[in-house]
Amino acid sequence: MSASMSMGFNPEVRKVLVDPLINTNPITFQILGICSALAVTNSLKSALLMAFGLTAVTAFSSASISVVRNHIPNSIRIIVQMTIIASLVIVVDQLMKAYAFSTAKQLSVFVGLIITNCIVMGRAEAYAMQNPPGMSFLDGIGQGAGYSLILVTIATFREFFGAGSLLGFQILDFAKNGGWYIPNSLLLLPPSAFFLIGLLIWAIRTKYPDQQEKADFYIHDKETLGNR
Amino acid sequence: MSLKAKVDEFLALPNDSIKKTVGVALALCLVCAVAVSTAAVALKPVQDANKALDRKKNIMEIGKLAPVGTPIEQAFQNVEAKVVDLQTGEYVDNIDPEKFDARAAAVDPKQNVVLTREQDIASIKRRAKYATVYLVKENNQLKKIILPVSGYGLWSTLYGFLALDADANTVVGLGFYEHAETPGLGGEVDNPEWKAKWTGKTLFDEQGKLAIQVTKMVAPANDPRSKHQVDALSGATLTSNGVNNLLHFWLGKDGFGSYLAKMRKGGGA
Repeated sequence: MSASMSMGFNPEVRKVLVDPLINTNPITFQILGICSALAVTNSLKSALLMAFGLTAVTAFSSASISVVRNHIPNSIRIIVQMTIIASLVIVVDQLMKAYAFSTAKQLSVFVGLIITNCIVMGRAEAYAMQNPPGMSFLDGIGQGAGYSLILVTIATFREFFGAGSLLGFQILDFAKNGGWYIPNSLLLLPPSAFFLIGLLIWAIRTKYPDQQEKADFYIHDKETLGNR
Repeated sequence: MSLKAKVDEFLALPNDSIKKTVGVALALCLVCAVAVSTAAVALKPVQDANKALDRKKNIMEIGKLAPVGTPIEQAFQNVEAKVVDLQTGEYVDNIDPEKFDARAAAVDPKQNVVLTREQDIASIKRRAKYATVYLVKENNQLKKIILPVSGYGLWSTLYGFLALDADANTVVGLGFYEHAETPGLGGEVDNPEWKAKWTGKTLFDEQGKLAIQVTKMVAPANDPRSKHQVDALSGATLTSNGVNNLLHFWLGKDGFGSYLAKMRKGGGA
């Protein structure tokens, strides 16, 4: 416990903080949390707020679950985790409504849906149940940062090319207002995030072939099978 | 036995014993409940202030009370909120407009009116008996009337405000502060250019008949009809119809009809 609690920048700390950015990214590698990534990335501001919300919930829920991990009865393990996560989500939701009202309004139901975000639950089960609180907290921060990185990347692209603005500031002048840019409205609709995340996964897995999964099935060559 | 010893004894129980399972569940519920309720109670005043501010900001923008960027409180100095009984069109003085929440009242059987199918052109099913209107005055002279409106578009109920001149006929502005229409299509109800089309239109024709209309075929500018017509949003027929219907509902006899009739006669302010 003492080694991990000292929080030195040891290889373990580095691993939980840096790996989730690309190597084990929750969205592009683990393919978790896609639903919210589609829904909240049409503007950079809402993506940033959502990223903050998810990171805070993952970090604090992992830490809290880790604190009580040795005393959680196995029969109610998942319920205990969900209760802790749900409570934190409500607190975060209340905080957003108090201090970031207009952006929180755009996020609407998606803050509440952090409860069902697989990243939070996944980290609780996979990491926090076996590791001390300090490390679990950092693991939550790392996974949150990986999620945030993808969200911000997608949102920047979507808002810039879809609405010609960033963080609400108009950058490209629309043709209909006398400028030159004709916005691509598809980028403001959720399917565009699907395409973008797909392209991003393709790009990352081409750069890092280790991430490519083995195919579950191979299509057999008919010739070698003798055209049966 | 001291409390600490009791806690230690409890924690030493096997995790899967019934006693510990129930104990952990209860303790967890208690801790979480305290955390959640503390956050909710402590942040309530800030949240309520935000909600009120947001409402005022929308009213300010839609009613063009002041140039963009003016502090909201300053823009609201000349605004008086009043609760109106929709049936009679009279002001109700015993309800505090600051506290009256029309959306909560609309779903409260004691304070709402269920609309029949014929009445319910805006597809809102029920409305509150009362509504808060905002009167903008300058030197005690009524300048603008701002009415809350709502109705169903394609996917969602649109909530907004309609700002009228003191004649209760000329539109100053129409805007929606909450809706979930398709971005780029129905979502264009937020488009400043489309909103600008409303300014200066008149609601009623010479005979006093409700004539405002969202239409795909706007009459040419020299046609008398054109001053009641606003071009519909392209690719958003159902949202445009929704806006048309909600205006007809709220300006008709089941909405602000009787109130506006009084205002036009000059009796209201």
